[in-house]
Amino acid sequence: MKKTVVLLMVLTLTLALAACGQNNKGNNSGNAAPGSSEASESPASELKGSLLATGSSALQPLVDQVSKKFMDTNKGVSIQVQAGGSGQGLTQVSEGQSDIGNSDVFAEEKLDADKAAELIDHQVAVVGMAAVVNPNVAVDNLTKQQLVDIFTGKVTNWKDVGGNDQKIQIINRPSSSGTRATFEKYALGQKTEDPKGSIQEDSSGTVRKLVGETPGAIGYLALSYLNESVKTVKYEGVEATVDNIVSGTYPVWAYEHMYTKGEPNEVAKAFLDYMLSDEVQNSDVVELDYIPANQMQIKRDAQGNITK
Amino acid sequence: MAQPLDRQKAKPHLAEEWVGKIYTLFCIAFLIITIISIVYFVASKGLSTFFKNHVNVLDLLTGLKWAPEGEPALFGALPFIFGSFSTSLLAAAIAAPLGFCAAVFMIEIAPKFGRQFLQPVIELLAGIPSVVYGFVGLSVIVPLFRDIFPGQGVGIAAGSIVLSIMILPTITTIATDALAALPKGLKEGSYALGATRWQTIYRIVLPTTLPALMTGIVLGIARAFGEALAVQMVIGNAPHIPSSLFESASTLTSAITLSMGNTAMGTAANNALWSLGLILMIMTFIFVFIVRWLERRSKI
Repeated sequence: MKKTVVLLMVLTLTLALAACGQNNKGNNSGNAAPGSSEASESPASELKGSLLATGSSALQPLVDQVSKKFMDTNKGVSIQVQAGGSGQGLTQVSEGQSDIGNSDVFAEEKLDADKAAELIDHQVAVVGMAAVVNPNVAVDNLTKQQLVDIFTGKVTNWKDVGGNDQKIQIINRPSSSGTRATFEKYALGQKTEDPKGSIQEDSSGTVRKLVGETPGAIGYLALSYLNESVKTVKYEGVEATVDNIVSGTYPVWAYEHMYTKGEPNEVAKAFLDYMLSDEVQNSDVVELDYIPANQMQIKRDAQGNITK
Repeated sequence: MAQPLDRQKAKPHLAEEWVGKIYTLFCIAFLIITIISIVYFVASKGLSTFFKNHVNVLDLLTGLKWAPEGEPALFGALPFIFGSFSTSLLAAAIAAPLGFCAAVFMIEIAPKFGRQFLQPVIELLAGIPSVVYGFVGLSVIVPLFRDIFPGQGVGIAAGSIVLSIMILPTITTIATDALAALPKGLKEGSYALGATRWQTIYRIVLPTTLPALMTGIVLGIARAFGEALAVQMVIGNAPHIPSSLFESASTLTSAITLSMGNTAMGTAANNALWSLGLILMIMTFIFVFIVRWLERRSKI
């Protein structure tokens, strides 16, 4: 008799759990619809609802930190931040699986034009990138042409670009990575293939470790990843600093985007407004080594056209 | 006296019977549905590269250049297939002799010490997360190879060494079980004929347990074939067939993990990754069939 009861309990529990799973799905899809009914009915002072932000792992630390602060002041709101890559973030927001899609690149570069047109871009920060070399490489400055020659495999020894007689070891990001796309577009001006023998790593941390350890290595990193284990080289004589990026003299940088499908709902809008507020832009954004988007003295669109 | 009591008891037992049957049926149905839907999902995604994006199957299997987002897009996955096979076969070649000898030591030479101390230690290896293996590989094996051999240390050699340690528990455990299950009479007969311990092991024990040992190797290769994280960290991930063991290469799994998050669903680049996944899945099926076939042989 006892066994029957236990078995029955296990059975009901399994069914209940399965049902819960379905309920969750229903909730999520409901939230994804713009202007969720929960949020619009409540008074303006008190926000209620939940948000799901997915995508870029480069932007995830910032969104995560800001979302915690936002949830502290708005008790009725719960925000989940997941990292899975820019492509995933854009796909999920475009298909309505998440409310906000974080991306390192413009949606036009990953999605079909008609799908990208449905998304609204919120540029929350700017990330600078720099070419880095192993500390014992005796090169301080590389021109665009030299970088192109190195990353296409045309130049394989440091002595051809003004360094010691040492083999160049390329440490790349995968061809689909947002960091690589930015570096290729704004530093090299062209797409590159991986030369034979080059190394690809999928995280900036590993790239930094390998560049720091491997003799003759060259790679590229976001400014927030730079430390004394690698040597930063100037690009066309310009140093990769925040001031140079803001004034537009250093071109290798990218916007960090938070996309919504159509106009954001009340909760998402409040969160994005908070993200762009001076309070966040001047503290959290700077603290985590991003550059506030509103400080930029120039603007750039998806095609790379620059306006002052 | 006994009969009515039996009948009284029969009823609750009947209910138990039914509850148990329904519950187990429910569990098996759940399993089967899950497996079928995974196979269907991967197959439909993986095949859409050929039907929707019109990539030639042969181009994918034999092409040497992988540039799914390039102009023109190229989907040559041979470097990945080559990398997967070479790393996992090499790993098995390193791990198999080690696993056999460890098993022989634990069963034939020092059974008490082996069973009590060595086996738990080897099984412990199976419980270490693969990211730890990868990190150790990246921090110890890669710098070591960089100093000893030409090249940067990353490559198929570093990948196979990390994998061989990961599949060692599988091979050892299966070999140990096979050796332990060997009928005592066989060995005793051999000793009775005047054979030494090494002659017995070499001539009697190993040949009779060979199918089971092969099962262990194939399972080990299957695990190595599917391992992603640890290999990806040490292999270098260049989409080329390397010309030496110490040159950056790629496997099917590392190609998938590198690009999956960065490609948008439904694009040709993403579908091509699913095709790589489909190749992996088909290879796993083939490995399972080989194992079943070997198991059938070992029973005869």
